[in-house]
Amino acid sequence: MNYLNIIKNGIVKDNPTFVLMLGMCPTLATTTSAQNGLSMGLATMAVLICTNVVISCMKSITPDKVRIPVFIVVIAAFVTILQMIIKAYLPDVDKSLGLFIPLIVVNCIILGRAEAFAAKNTPVASLFDGVGIGLGFTMALTLLGIVREVLGSGSIFGFAFVPEDYNILLFVLAPGAFITLGYLIAIVNKLKK
Amino acid sequence: MKKLESSLLNMVLVLTCVAVIMGAILAAINSVTTDPIAQQEKKALAEGIQKVMGGQQVQASDKADAVIPMVDEKGKTNYYSVYNVSNAQGNAIGAAIQDTVNGFGGNLVVLVGFDNEGIIKGYTLLKHAETPGLGAKADQWFQDGQKGDIVGLSAADSLFVSKDKDKNGNSGKVEAITASTITSRAFLQAVNRAYKAWLKSKGAVAGNADDCNNSCGEKADCGKPCCKDKAATGPTNNKPEQGKEAQQ
Repeated sequence: MNYLNIIKNGIVKDNPTFVLMLGMCPTLATTTSAQNGLSMGLATMAVLICTNVVISCMKSITPDKVRIPVFIVVIAAFVTILQMIIKAYLPDVDKSLGLFIPLIVVNCIILGRAEAFAAKNTPVASLFDGVGIGLGFTMALTLLGIVREVLGSGSIFGFAFVPEDYNILLFVLAPGAFITLGYLIAIVNKLKK
Repeated sequence: MKKLESSLLNMVLVLTCVAVIMGAILAAINSVTTDPIAQQEKKALAEGIQKVMGGQQVQASDKADAVIPMVDEKGKTNYYSVYNVSNAQGNAIGAAIQDTVNGFGGNLVVLVGFDNEGIIKGYTLLKHAETPGLGAKADQWFQDGQKGDIVGLSAADSLFVSKDKDKNGNSGKVEAITASTITSRAFLQAVNRAYKAWLKSKGAVAGNADDCNNSCGEKADCGKPCCKDKAATGPTNNKPEQGKEAQQ
Protein backbone atom coordinates (compact mmCIF):
# COMPACT_ATOMS: atom_id res chain seq x y z
CA MET A 1 0.00 0.00 0.00
CA ASN A 2 1.19 3.46 -0.76
CA TYR A 3 1.93 5.22 2.51
CA LEU A 4 1.57 8.67 1.06
CA ASN A 5 -1.90 7.70 -0.06
CA ILE A 6 -2.83 6.63 3.46
CA ILE A 7 -1.87 10.04 4.78
CA LYS A 8 -3.74 11.79 1.99
CA ASN A 9 -6.81 9.65 2.68
CA GLY A 10 -6.70 10.62 6.35
CA ILE A 11 -6.64 14.30 5.50
CA VAL A 12 -9.05 14.46 2.57
CA LYS A 13 -11.07 11.37 1.75
CA ASP A 14 -11.51 10.08 5.32
CA ASN A 15 -11.16 13.33 7.17
CA PRO A 16 -12.42 12.40 10.66
CA THR A 17 -14.27 15.66 11.25
CA PHE A 18 -15.61 16.69 7.86
CA VAL A 19 -16.26 13.26 6.34
CA LEU A 20 -16.36 10.52 8.96
CA MET A 21 -18.01 12.84 11.51
CA LEU A 22 -16.13 11.23 14.36
CA GLY A 23 -15.00 12.88 17.57
CA MET A 24 -17.60 15.62 17.44
CA CYS A 25 -17.52 16.22 21.18
CA PRO A 26 -13.94 17.53 21.46
CA THR A 27 -14.36 19.17 18.06
CA LEU A 28 -17.18 21.37 19.30
CA ALA A 29 -15.94 21.89 22.82
CA THR A 30 -12.27 22.75 22.38
CA THR A 31 -12.27 24.94 19.29
CA THR A 32 -13.00 28.23 21.04
CA SER A 33 -9.66 29.48 19.76
CA ALA A 34 -7.17 28.44 17.10
CA GLN A 35 -4.57 27.65 19.73
CA ASN A 36 -6.91 25.34 21.63
CA GLY A 37 -7.99 23.57 18.46
CA LEU A 38 -4.39 23.04 17.38
CA SER A 39 -3.32 21.74 20.80
CA MET A 40 -6.24 19.36 21.01
CA GLY A 41 -5.59 18.10 17.47
CA LEU A 42 -1.92 17.46 18.18
CA ALA A 43 -2.69 15.74 21.50
CA THR A 44 -5.18 13.45 19.79
CA MET A 45 -2.73 12.78 16.98
CA ALA A 46 -0.01 11.76 19.44
CA VAL A 47 -2.33 9.29 21.14
CA LEU A 48 -3.67 8.02 17.84
CA ILE A 49 -0.25 7.26 16.39
CA CYS A 50 0.88 5.39 19.52
CA THR A 51 -2.31 3.36 19.90
CA ASN A 52 -2.49 2.55 16.19
CA VAL A 53 1.04 1.14 16.17
CA VAL A 54 0.71 -0.81 19.42
CA ILE A 55 -2.69 -2.24 18.57
CA SER A 56 -1.49 -3.20 15.12
CA CYS A 57 1.50 -5.00 16.65
CA MET A 58 -0.78 -6.89 18.99
CA LYS A 59 -3.42 -7.80 16.47
CA SER A 60 -2.35 -11.44 16.10
CA ILE A 61 -2.20 -12.14 19.83
CA THR A 62 -5.50 -10.44 20.63
CA PRO A 63 -8.44 -12.86 20.79
CA ASP A 64 -11.40 -11.41 18.92
CA LYS A 65 -13.81 -11.47 21.82
CA VAL A 66 -11.66 -9.32 24.11
CA ARG A 67 -10.30 -6.97 21.47
CA ILE A 68 -12.36 -3.96 22.59
CA PRO A 69 -11.25 -4.20 26.25
CA VAL A 70 -7.65 -4.62 25.11
CA PHE A 71 -7.94 -1.56 22.84
CA ILE A 72 -9.44 0.48 25.65
CA VAL A 73 -6.67 -0.48 28.07
CA VAL A 74 -4.02 0.53 25.54
CA ILE A 75 -5.79 3.79 24.68
CA ALA A 76 -6.38 4.71 28.32
CA ALA A 77 -2.74 4.05 29.16
CA PHE A 78 -1.47 6.30 26.37
CA VAL A 79 -3.92 9.07 27.20
CA THR A 80 -2.86 8.99 30.83
CA ILE A 81 0.79 9.13 29.82
CA LEU A 82 0.06 12.09 27.58
CA GLN A 83 -1.84 13.82 30.36
CA MET A 84 1.05 13.42 32.78
CA ILE A 85 3.55 14.71 30.24
CA ILE A 86 1.39 17.73 29.43
CA LYS A 87 0.93 18.50 33.12
CA ALA A 88 4.65 18.26 33.70
CA TYR A 89 6.05 20.12 30.72
CA LEU A 90 3.26 22.15 29.07
CA PRO A 91 1.41 23.94 31.89
CA ASP A 92 -0.25 26.41 29.51
CA VAL A 93 -1.82 23.66 27.44
CA ASP A 94 -2.85 21.97 30.65
CA LYS A 95 -4.56 25.14 31.80
CA SER A 96 -6.67 25.58 28.70
CA LEU A 97 -7.33 21.94 27.80
CA GLY A 98 -6.80 20.13 31.09
CA LEU A 99 -10.36 18.90 31.25
CA PHE A 100 -10.48 17.54 27.72
CA ILE A 101 -7.26 15.55 27.62
CA PRO A 102 -8.58 12.60 29.69
CA LEU A 103 -11.64 12.57 27.45
CA ILE A 104 -9.48 11.54 24.49
CA VAL A 105 -9.92 8.00 25.89
CA VAL A 106 -13.51 7.99 24.72
CA ASN A 107 -12.82 9.82 21.47
CA CYS A 108 -14.33 7.58 18.83
CA ILE A 109 -11.64 8.46 16.29
CA ILE A 110 -9.08 6.53 18.31
CA LEU A 111 -11.20 3.44 18.88
CA GLY A 112 -12.63 3.73 15.38
CA ARG A 113 -9.21 3.70 13.73
CA ALA A 114 -8.02 0.90 16.00
CA GLU A 115 -10.96 -1.22 14.95
CA ALA A 116 -11.22 -0.18 11.32
CA PHE A 117 -7.56 0.13 10.37
CA ALA A 118 -4.94 -0.88 12.92
CA ALA A 119 -6.50 -4.27 13.63
CA LYS A 120 -6.33 -5.18 9.94
CA ASN A 121 -3.11 -3.60 8.70
CA THR A 122 0.61 -3.68 9.38
CA PRO A 123 2.15 -1.53 12.11
CA VAL A 124 3.87 0.72 9.56
CA ALA A 125 0.67 1.31 7.63
CA SER A 126 -1.11 1.97 10.92
CA LEU A 127 1.52 4.51 11.84
CA PHE A 128 0.87 6.41 8.63
CA ASP A 129 -2.87 6.10 9.12
CA GLY A 130 -2.42 7.64 12.57
CA VAL A 131 -0.41 10.49 11.08
CA GLY A 132 -2.95 11.06 8.30
CA ILE A 133 -6.07 10.93 10.42
CA GLY A 134 -4.32 12.92 13.13
CA LEU A 135 -3.32 15.61 10.67
CA GLY A 136 -6.83 15.69 9.24
CA PHE A 137 -8.28 16.09 12.71
CA THR A 138 -5.72 18.73 13.68
CA MET A 139 -6.35 20.73 10.50
CA ALA A 140 -10.11 20.55 10.93
CA LEU A 141 -9.91 21.64 14.56
CA THR A 142 -7.48 24.45 13.81
CA LEU A 143 -9.63 25.68 10.94
CA LEU A 144 -12.72 25.61 13.13
CA GLY A 145 -10.79 27.35 15.89
CA ILE A 146 -9.52 30.06 13.53
CA VAL A 147 -13.00 30.83 12.19
CA ARG A 148 -14.52 30.95 15.66
CA GLU A 149 -11.69 33.01 17.10
CA VAL A 150 -11.72 35.53 14.26
CA LEU A 151 -15.48 36.01 14.40
CA GLY A 152 -15.91 35.63 18.15
CA SER A 153 -12.83 37.23 19.67
CA GLY A 154 -11.45 39.22 16.74
CA SER A 155 -8.04 37.59 16.95
CA ILE A 156 -5.93 34.80 15.50
CA PHE A 157 -3.76 32.66 17.78
CA GLY A 158 -4.24 35.28 20.47
CA PHE A 159 -3.26 38.29 18.33
CA ALA A 160 -6.21 40.64 18.42
CA PHE A 161 -6.89 42.74 15.34
CA VAL A 162 -10.57 43.62 15.64
CA PRO A 163 -11.79 45.96 18.40
CA GLU A 164 -13.74 44.17 21.09
CA ASP A 165 -16.96 46.01 20.28
CA TYR A 166 -17.21 44.26 16.91
CA ASN A 167 -16.84 40.71 18.18
CA ILE A 168 -19.66 38.26 17.69
CA LEU A 169 -19.69 36.50 21.01
CA LEU A 170 -22.01 33.80 19.71
CA PHE A 171 -19.16 32.15 17.83
CA VAL A 172 -17.17 31.52 20.97
CA LEU A 173 -20.15 29.85 22.60
CA ALA A 174 -21.64 26.45 21.81
CA PRO A 175 -24.09 27.55 19.08
CA GLY A 176 -21.21 29.12 17.18
CA ALA A 177 -19.46 25.78 17.15
CA PHE A 178 -22.42 24.08 15.50
CA ILE A 179 -22.96 26.86 12.99
CA THR A 180 -19.29 27.03 12.02
CA LEU A 181 -18.97 23.26 11.79
CA GLY A 182 -22.06 23.02 9.60
CA TYR A 183 -20.79 25.62 7.15
CA LEU A 184 -17.30 24.19 7.07
CA ILE A 185 -18.61 20.70 6.31
CA ALA A 186 -20.74 22.12 3.50
CA ILE A 187 -17.82 24.06 2.04
CA VAL A 188 -15.37 21.16 2.30
CA ASN A 189 -17.81 18.74 0.67
CA LYS A 190 -18.53 21.22 -2.11
CA LEU A 191 -14.83 21.72 -2.77
CA LYS A 192 -14.22 17.99 -2.88
CA LYS A 193 -16.68 17.51 -5.75
CA MET B 1 -1.59 -13.99 10.27
CA LYS B 2 -3.91 -16.22 12.17
CA LYS B 3 -5.62 -14.75 15.19
CA LEU B 4 -5.38 -16.24 18.62
CA GLU B 5 -8.44 -18.31 19.38
CA SER B 6 -10.99 -16.76 21.75
CA SER B 7 -10.74 -19.42 24.41
CA LEU B 8 -11.27 -18.41 28.00
CA LEU B 9 -7.63 -19.00 28.90
CA ASN B 10 -6.38 -16.92 25.99
CA MET B 11 -8.72 -14.04 26.72
CA VAL B 12 -7.85 -13.90 30.41
CA LEU B 13 -4.14 -14.21 29.69
CA VAL B 14 -4.00 -11.55 27.00
CA LEU B 15 -6.14 -9.03 28.81
CA THR B 16 -4.23 -9.51 32.07
CA CYS B 17 -0.86 -9.23 30.35
CA VAL B 18 -1.86 -6.09 28.47
CA ALA B 19 -3.20 -4.51 31.66
CA VAL B 20 -0.06 -5.40 33.63
CA ILE B 21 2.31 -4.11 30.94
CA MET B 22 0.38 -0.87 30.51
CA GLY B 23 0.21 -0.48 34.28
CA ALA B 24 3.97 -0.85 34.49
CA ILE B 25 4.53 1.74 31.76
CA LEU B 26 2.17 4.13 33.53
CA ALA B 27 3.99 3.64 36.83
CA ALA B 28 7.31 4.37 35.15
CA ILE B 29 6.07 7.55 33.47
CA ASN B 30 4.38 8.62 36.67
CA SER B 31 7.60 8.35 38.65
CA VAL B 32 9.39 10.43 36.02
CA THR B 33 6.77 13.18 35.86
CA THR B 34 5.82 13.50 39.53
CA ASP B 35 8.63 15.92 40.31
CA PRO B 36 8.15 18.22 37.31
CA ILE B 37 4.41 18.36 37.96
CA ALA B 38 4.97 19.36 41.58
CA GLN B 39 7.48 21.96 40.44
CA GLN B 40 5.06 23.36 37.90
CA GLU B 41 2.44 23.76 40.59
CA LYS B 42 4.93 25.46 42.89
CA LYS B 43 6.02 27.74 40.08
CA ALA B 44 2.44 28.65 39.21
CA LEU B 45 1.77 29.51 42.84
CA ALA B 46 4.97 31.53 43.23
CA GLU B 47 4.24 33.47 40.05
CA GLY B 48 0.67 34.00 41.24
CA ILE B 49 1.84 35.37 44.56
CA GLN B 50 4.30 37.69 42.90
CA LYS B 51 1.59 38.91 40.53
CA VAL B 52 -0.97 39.62 43.21
CA MET B 53 1.52 41.52 45.32
CA GLY B 54 2.08 44.09 42.59
CA GLY B 55 4.66 42.29 40.48
CA GLN B 56 7.70 43.15 42.58
CA GLN B 57 10.27 40.67 43.82
CA VAL B 58 8.76 38.93 46.81
CA GLN B 59 9.54 36.15 49.19
CA ALA B 60 6.95 33.66 50.24
CA SER B 61 7.09 30.07 51.29
CA ASP B 62 5.64 27.58 48.86
CA LYS B 63 3.58 26.07 51.64
CA ALA B 64 0.69 27.94 53.18
CA ASP B 65 1.69 29.77 56.36
CA ALA B 66 -1.75 29.14 57.78
CA VAL B 67 -4.90 27.43 56.72
CA ILE B 68 -7.95 29.25 57.99
CA PRO B 69 -11.25 27.42 58.28
CA MET B 70 -14.35 29.56 57.98
CA VAL B 71 -18.00 28.62 57.94
CA ASP B 72 -20.01 30.22 55.15
CA GLU B 73 -23.68 31.18 55.11
CA LYS B 74 -24.69 27.70 54.10
CA GLY B 75 -22.91 26.15 57.04
CA LYS B 76 -20.17 24.69 54.91
CA THR B 77 -16.63 24.97 56.17
CA ASN B 78 -14.16 26.35 53.65
CA TYR B 79 -10.42 26.38 54.05
CA TYR B 80 -8.33 29.36 53.04
CA SER B 81 -4.61 29.11 52.48
CA VAL B 82 -2.71 32.14 53.68
CA TYR B 83 0.75 32.92 52.33
CA ASN B 84 2.62 35.62 54.21
CA VAL B 85 4.63 37.67 51.79
CA SER B 86 7.64 39.83 52.42
CA ASN B 87 9.67 41.92 49.99
CA ALA B 88 13.25 41.29 48.91
CA GLN B 89 14.55 43.01 52.05
CA GLY B 90 12.51 40.67 54.23
CA ASN B 91 9.93 43.21 55.41
CA ALA B 92 6.39 41.94 55.55
CA ILE B 93 4.31 43.59 52.86
CA GLY B 94 1.11 41.63 53.21
CA ALA B 95 -0.40 38.29 52.48
CA ALA B 96 -1.87 36.36 49.59
CA ILE B 97 -5.02 34.37 50.26
CA GLN B 98 -6.19 31.47 48.17
CA ASP B 99 -9.92 30.95 47.99
CA THR B 100 -12.19 28.62 46.05
CA VAL B 101 -15.75 29.56 45.13
CA ASN B 102 -18.38 28.16 42.86
CA GLY B 103 -18.18 30.10 39.63
CA PHE B 104 -20.43 29.78 36.62
CA GLY B 105 -18.68 26.76 35.15
CA GLY B 106 -17.27 25.09 38.24
CA ASN B 107 -14.66 25.88 40.82
CA LEU B 108 -13.08 29.28 40.63
CA VAL B 109 -9.76 29.37 42.48
CA VAL B 110 -8.72 32.92 43.20
CA LEU B 111 -5.53 34.20 44.76
CA VAL B 112 -5.94 37.66 46.26
CA GLY B 113 -3.11 39.80 47.58
CA PHE B 114 -3.62 42.19 50.50
CA ASP B 115 -1.14 44.68 51.89
CA ASN B 116 -0.70 45.13 55.63
CA GLU B 117 -3.75 47.39 55.82
CA GLY B 118 -6.00 45.00 53.96
CA ILE B 119 -6.04 46.95 50.72
CA ILE B 120 -6.31 44.72 47.66
CA LYS B 121 -2.98 44.72 45.82
CA GLY B 122 -3.93 42.38 43.04
CA TYR B 123 -5.46 39.06 42.18
CA THR B 124 -5.08 36.18 39.82
CA LEU B 125 -7.20 33.21 38.83
CA LEU B 126 -5.28 30.03 39.57
CA LYS B 127 -7.93 27.80 38.11
CA HIS B 128 -11.25 28.39 36.46
CA ALA B 129 -13.73 26.85 34.05
CA GLU B 130 -15.65 29.97 33.06
CA THR B 131 -17.04 30.45 29.58
CA PRO B 132 -14.34 31.61 27.18
CA GLY B 133 -15.07 35.11 25.93
CA LEU B 134 -17.47 35.79 28.80
CA GLY B 135 -16.68 34.79 32.36
CA ALA B 136 -13.11 33.88 31.46
CA LYS B 137 -12.47 37.59 31.02
CA ALA B 138 -12.40 37.79 34.82
CA ASP B 139 -8.64 37.32 34.79
CA GLN B 140 -8.26 40.73 33.11
CA TRP B 141 -11.48 42.57 33.90
CA PHE B 142 -10.82 43.35 37.57
CA GLN B 143 -7.12 44.18 37.12
CA ASP B 144 -5.63 47.58 37.72
CA GLY B 145 -6.86 50.08 35.14
CA GLN B 146 -9.51 47.82 33.64
CA LYS B 147 -13.26 48.41 33.72
CA GLY B 148 -13.95 46.50 36.91
CA ASP B 149 -10.75 47.60 38.67
CA ILE B 150 -10.70 46.34 42.25
CA VAL B 151 -7.01 46.96 42.89
CA GLY B 152 -6.57 49.55 45.61
CA LEU B 153 -10.02 49.01 47.07
CA SER B 154 -10.61 47.70 50.55
CA ALA B 155 -12.92 44.75 51.00
CA ALA B 156 -13.72 45.85 54.56
CA ASP B 157 -17.22 46.77 53.47
CA SER B 158 -18.06 43.94 51.11
CA LEU B 159 -17.48 44.50 47.44
CA PHE B 160 -20.34 43.75 45.12
CA VAL B 161 -21.34 44.47 41.55
CA SER B 162 -23.03 47.73 40.63
CA LYS B 163 -26.17 45.85 39.64
CA ASP B 164 -26.72 44.66 43.22
CA LYS B 165 -27.71 46.78 46.18
CA ASP B 166 -26.75 46.35 49.81
CA LYS B 167 -29.17 46.57 52.75
CA ASN B 168 -29.13 50.37 52.66
CA GLY B 169 -29.94 50.45 48.98
CA ASN B 170 -26.47 51.52 47.88
CA SER B 171 -25.36 49.91 44.67
CA GLY B 172 -21.99 48.24 44.42
CA LYS B 173 -18.74 49.88 43.43
CA VAL B 174 -17.55 47.27 41.00
CA GLU B 175 -18.72 47.03 37.44
CA ALA B 176 -19.60 43.46 36.51
CA ILE B 177 -18.23 41.78 33.40
CA THR B 178 -20.61 42.37 30.52
CA ALA B 179 -23.02 39.44 30.30
CA SER B 180 -21.22 37.57 33.08
CA THR B 181 -22.84 38.76 36.26
CA ILE B 182 -22.73 35.32 37.86
CA THR B 183 -18.99 35.03 37.39
CA SER B 184 -18.53 38.58 38.65
CA ARG B 185 -20.59 37.91 41.75
CA ALA B 186 -18.72 34.69 42.44
CA PHE B 187 -15.42 36.45 41.98
CA LEU B 188 -16.29 39.28 44.34
CA GLN B 189 -17.61 36.80 46.85
CA ALA B 190 -14.21 35.12 46.69
CA VAL B 191 -12.48 38.44 47.29
CA ASN B 192 -14.75 39.29 50.23
CA ARG B 193 -14.24 35.92 51.80
CA ALA B 194 -10.51 36.11 51.24
CA TYR B 195 -10.54 39.44 53.07
CA LYS B 196 -12.34 37.88 56.03
CA ALA B 197 -9.85 35.04 56.04
CA TRP B 198 -7.04 37.60 55.95
CA LEU B 199 -8.52 39.43 58.95
CA LYS B 200 -8.77 36.18 60.76
CA SER B 201 -5.24 35.19 59.88
CA LYS B 202 -4.03 38.47 61.34
CA GLY B 203 -5.83 37.53 64.52
CA ALA B 204 -4.09 34.21 64.46
CA VAL B 205 -0.76 35.83 63.73
CA ALA B 206 -1.09 37.90 66.86
CA GLY B 207 -0.72 34.57 68.59
CA ASN B 208 -3.69 35.02 70.86
CA ALA B 209 -5.56 31.80 71.50
CA ASP B 210 -8.60 33.70 72.80
CA ASP B 211 -8.71 35.73 69.67
CA CYS B 212 -8.80 32.62 67.61
CA ASN B 213 -11.50 31.05 69.70
CA ASN B 214 -13.53 34.23 69.51
CA SER B 215 -13.34 34.42 65.79
CA CYS B 216 -14.32 30.82 65.56
CA GLY B 217 -17.40 31.70 67.55
CA GLU B 218 -19.69 29.14 69.09
CA LYS B 219 -19.84 27.18 65.88
CA ALA B 220 -19.74 23.51 66.76
CA ASP B 221 -17.41 22.45 63.98
CA CYS B 222 -14.73 24.84 65.00
CA GLY B 223 -12.60 22.53 67.03
CA LYS B 224 -10.64 22.21 63.84
CA PRO B 225 -7.22 23.24 62.55
CA CYS B 226 -7.03 26.90 63.50
CA CYS B 227 -8.07 26.68 67.12
CA LYS B 228 -6.49 23.33 67.72
CA ASP B 229 -3.22 24.58 66.37
CA LYS B 230 -3.46 27.63 68.53
CA ALA B 231 -4.38 25.73 71.62
CA ALA B 232 -1.68 23.16 71.19
CA THR B 233 1.72 24.12 72.43
CA GLY B 234 4.89 23.09 70.68
CA PRO B 235 5.86 22.97 67.06
CA THR B 236 2.60 24.25 65.65
CA ASN B 237 3.09 27.51 67.49
CA ASN B 238 6.21 28.26 65.56
CA LYS B 239 4.46 29.29 62.43
CA PRO B 240 2.27 32.06 63.79
CA GLU B 241 5.25 33.45 65.69
CA GLN B 242 7.34 33.59 62.59
CA GLY B 243 4.46 35.35 61.01
CA LYS B 244 4.37 37.75 63.90
CA GLU B 245 7.97 38.73 63.39
CA ALA B 246 7.31 39.20 59.74
CA GLN B 247 4.35 41.39 60.50
CA GLN B 248 6.36 43.65 62.76
